[in-house]
Amino acid sequence: MASPQPRIGVVTYPGSQDDRDALWALAASDAEAVPVWHEEKELPDLDAVIVPGGFSYGDYLRCGAIARFSPATQAIVEFANAGGLVLGICNGFQILCEAGLLPGVLLRNAELRFICKDVPLVVERDDTPFTSRCTKRDRLVIPVKHGEGRYMPPPDLDPAQVVLRYATECNGSVDDIAGVCNAAGNVLGLMPHPEHAVDPLLGSADGALLFASLVEAARARALASA
Amino acid sequence: MRATVLVRPKQGILDPQGAAVVTALDHLGFGVTDARVGKVIDLEVDASDADTARAQVEKMCEQLLANPLMESYEVRILG
Repeated sequence: MASPQPRIGVVTYPGSQDDRDALWALAASDAEAVPVWHEEKELPDLDAVIVPGGFSYGDYLRCGAIARFSPATQAIVEFANAGGLVLGICNGFQILCEAGLLPGVLLRNAELRFICKDVPLVVERDDTPFTSRCTKRDRLVIPVKHGEGRYMPPPDLDPAQVVLRYATECNGSVDDIAGVCNAAGNVLGLMPHPEHAVDPLLGSADGALLFASLVEAARARALASA
Repeated sequence: MRATVLVRPKQGILDPQGAAVVTALDHLGFGVTDARVGKVIDLEVDASDADTARAQVEKMCEQLLANPLMESYEVRILG
């Protein structure tokens, strides 16, 4: 019997941009990609959720500040608190920070420029559900495109929560942090866009490693609950 | 009740917008050594007295209007 495709949701908020690429990357990574509308109060039956990039609610007030209160985000907070796998990319990272699922905050880039380019990253942890297909110290090339990606951790951030770092200075982030997980390890946020790097034709396929890791972890959960 | 909330980047946090404003003012010939850019939120609050309004607006700041990790806030009740 072929192993089942895990069901992984992607939320669409007003102003989301990268939801379609995330759905496409999931389908290319052997998952069943499930669109989730921001007004849904309950999530469908899912093995993981992606909060995608974009400018949810116009980024009014602060990035992610309004999206945090949408019904789908409230459902994602419950899903994450119950141990569900949640991946936040770019604006999704900002939303998860505002929602309190991840520590810290993302500020305007230090040099006041919107940065849009491929950047090298260093994998700090290969024991998370999002990086299991990588090896610690691996270098991945994945694009960033953001104006507000300067990560500022809370003073008490456990360094073990740093999953990805920029290999070279990118946007002024403290300690070059590009991605962090929560203490339990089931929620990851990162500014780079793995969904834009899942095919060599797009310049890099390194993002596919993160998707393959997530799909594998989601599949294990689907089998365990079957 | 009318209320005004001033939201500022916290002391010690790099404010690149403020730095850009200092540079622009310098180009205009003004001698400015520091600038910090925040925001002003004017509110019309449904409250009968100033104390109630202040308590409500402070809750709004904590829950939505400011992010305590990066911003400080000041509430002014205008009556």
